[in-house]
Amino acid sequence: MEKILEVKDLQIDFDTFAGSVKAIRNVDFHLNKGETLAIVGESGSGKSVTVRSIMGLLANNAQVTSGSIDFKGRDILKLSNREIEKIRGNDISMIFQDPMTSLDPTMPIGKQVAEPLLIHGSMSKKKAMARAEEVLELVGITNAKNRMKDYPHQFSGGQRQRIVIAIAIVNYPEILIADEPTTALDVTIQAQIIDLMKELQNKIETSIIFITHDLGVVAGIADRVAVMYAGKIIEYGSVDEIFYNPQHPYTWGLLNSMPTLDTDSDRLYAIPGTPPNLLNPPKGDAFAPRNPYAMAIDYEAMPPFFKISDTHYAATWLLHPDAPKTEPPVAIKKRQAEFQRLVAEGKINQPEYEEEGGVKDDAE
Amino acid sequence: MMQNNPQPQERKKLVEVKHLKQYFNAGRRNEVKAIDDISFEIYEGETFGLVGESGSGKSTTGRSIIRLYTPTSGEIEFNGTDISKIKHKDMLQFRREMQMIFQDPYASLNPRMKVKDIIAEGLDIHHLVKNEAERDARVNELLDLVGLSHDHATRYPHEFSGGQRQRIGIARALAVEPRFIIADEPISALDVSIQAQVVNLLRDIQKEQNLTYLFIAHDLSMVKYISDRIAVMHNGRLMELSSADEVYNHPLHPYTKSLLSAVPLPDPFYERNRHRKGYDDRIETDGQLRSLKEIVPGHFVLATEEEVAGYQAAAEEYHLDD
Ligand SMILES: Nc1ncnc2c1ncn2[C@@H]1O[C@H](COP(=O)(O)OP(=O)(O)OP(=O)(O)O)[C@@H](O)[C@H]1O
Ligand SMILES: Nc1ncnc2c1ncn2[C@@H]1O[C@H](COP(=O)(O)OP(=O)(O)OP(=O)(O)O)[C@@H](O)[C@H]1O
Ligand SMILES: [Mg+2]
Ligand SMILES: [Mg+2]
Repeated sequence: MEKILEVKDLQIDFDTFAGSVKAIRNVDFHLNKGETLAIVGESGSGKSVTVRSIMGLLANNAQVTSGSIDFKGRDILKLSNREIEKIRGNDISMIFQDPMTSLDPTMPIGKQVAEPLLIHGSMSKKKAMARAEEVLELVGITNAKNRMKDYPHQFSGGQRQRIVIAIAIVNYPEILIADEPTTALDVTIQAQIIDLMKELQNKIETSIIFITHDLGVVAGIADRVAVMYAGKIIEYGSVDEIFYNPQHPYTWGLLNSMPTLDTDSDRLYAIPGTPPNLLNPPKGDAFAPRNPYAMAIDYEAMPPFFKISDTHYAATWLLHPDAPKTEPPVAIKKRQAEFQRLVAEGKINQPEYEEEGGVKDDAE
Repeated sequence: MMQNNPQPQERKKLVEVKHLKQYFNAGRRNEVKAIDDISFEIYEGETFGLVGESGSGKSTTGRSIIRLYTPTSGEIEFNGTDISKIKHKDMLQFRREMQMIFQDPYASLNPRMKVKDIIAEGLDIHHLVKNEAERDARVNELLDLVGLSHDHATRYPHEFSGGQRQRIGIARALAVEPRFIIADEPISALDVSIQAQVVNLLRDIQKEQNLTYLFIAHDLSMVKYISDRIAVMHNGRLMELSSADEVYNHPLHPYTKSLLSAVPLPDPFYERNRHRKGYDDRIETDGQLRSLKEIVPGHFVLATEEEVAGYQAAAEEYHLDD
């Protein structure tokens, strides 16, 4: 598979009044051409900061202290502002988490959607406006023709988000980064947007990075999933591996916190405690204080990635050969049983496992 | 969650919405009938869930109740008083009793204010703290309550992630100890684990303080979990209204059925093979007059006189199956 983007050893700090916040701590991942990679994880774990760095859109107080982001043979982190502007909104587009701040309140929406076409292309204004109207229809703005001259505040939260999506896709980008693009949307529109993204993906082989809290959406859209906690990726794998055979206790907690339509208990399961203070990150596994399965070593040393299959890795000491055998929570065991069943019935593929050894070497 | 509560008719109505209409740009080319004649009531101590697709008028409903708009027609009563007739001297009290947690955590926090001043704004306006020390103590208590740490107090909103900002908004709403909270998608920006924390939190405070909520959301599993009753909204009208369990287990209106069939589940195999029910909206646009009709006790559906029998038969079938 062709890698279209590769992030290596990314480390980002923020200078704040209280000190230096270690927001991203040695993140590695790649994006294959035409795939959808979902990034999930705790609020504040660094999902937005990671993807903003790909767009060259970090806050002024951010400092990239190490790493590289390879896109088509060039390191994005080394490009000049002008070079990045050429990529942004053209080759790589981003849908931001906050729809209101990414729309210009003083400009009619038709014009805003047409703008990327006029900046990056050589399209006539008339053609660009026609295309804008078409894309607005496509994202489900009813009566788009008559609403082109309306301003953002005249639309509902979800409609604004769809306008933002229209701006991001009007240019058919190679990589589309969507930071919680559907959190403001109801399930029907959400389903439409997701279908729309899949269609776009088929049509022009767009590769998508999708950030969302909604694990149901992830299950429906992702090919692969990366799970973040406290500035690190702690587990990644194919969508089936993460949902049916999760290994990291944080991933377990995440999957357990979701109510389903039949949840009837008086309280929802919530992971106890709060995330660590990144002004002073802990030296071992950052999840340890909240982890009922934590061992002494979790407080001492950062776990490396252990390999579960060719596509599935998790950074938890529980996978060390010497670790005592543990029973995951009941709901997770149910998922693992479901995994066995689906594989046995040939409904999903058995993940492959090649080469010797357990610990993933650092070079990859 | 209804079980523990007395029957609705014995309960006190805290909010009553009567034939509310809210049109924007009335009579113009871009006219929007955001709310088109809706009526419902919210009982003291309950959580009333409002669901429906984007643009259906949920936020507008909330904003009308908290007096951000003047209705095109219709009435809203809070605690027995028509809110458009609240006297100037009672306005401050009204503002304290009713709070809103806004949908957009970015636009609703003043970027130039420190977190502690955002949270304490209501405390100052309503003179709820006597001095700086008491003010700080209360702010810290609220930060604890929503799962933020004390050293966040002196930071500015832009230094926070989306979910952290939403919790600042929740702390601000809780600060003045309101009676009624309109929560407009209060958890959609949060990750699931914190969603669970916030939902547990909202329920705990509800029990402690007999709070009433209007809970607007599109995450149907969460709405079902938290709500006593639920109204389903589409195109500015209510399609169906009943207890949470009824709406989920025995949906009657085709729109509700279609909405339920689209709920994404955290199960990749199911998602790859899911079958969504389509929705034919001619049932709303055929020009026939429809209003909410009680099909079985406590379960209302938007229908014509003729359609009632069909819905009743469908409801009966459900109960035979149970
Ligand atoms: N400009 C900034 N200055 C200081 N700290 C920052 C800044 N921007 C982000 N942070 C911190 O960096 C960490 C990661 O933030 P980020 O926005 O990436 O989180 P996230 O994973 O996207 O969370 P959410 O799911 O809530 O959106 C957080 O702890 C946040 O407080
Ligand atoms: N100030 C306004 N001027 C004109 N139209 C408006 C205004 N505010 C809302 N609308 C329109 O009213 C309708 C209902 O909007 P509302 O914000 O209530 O929807 P919603 O149900 O909250 O949707 P979402 O789930 O997307 O937040 C939409 O069609 C919207 O475009
Ligand atoms: Mg974010
Ligand atoms: Mg809304």
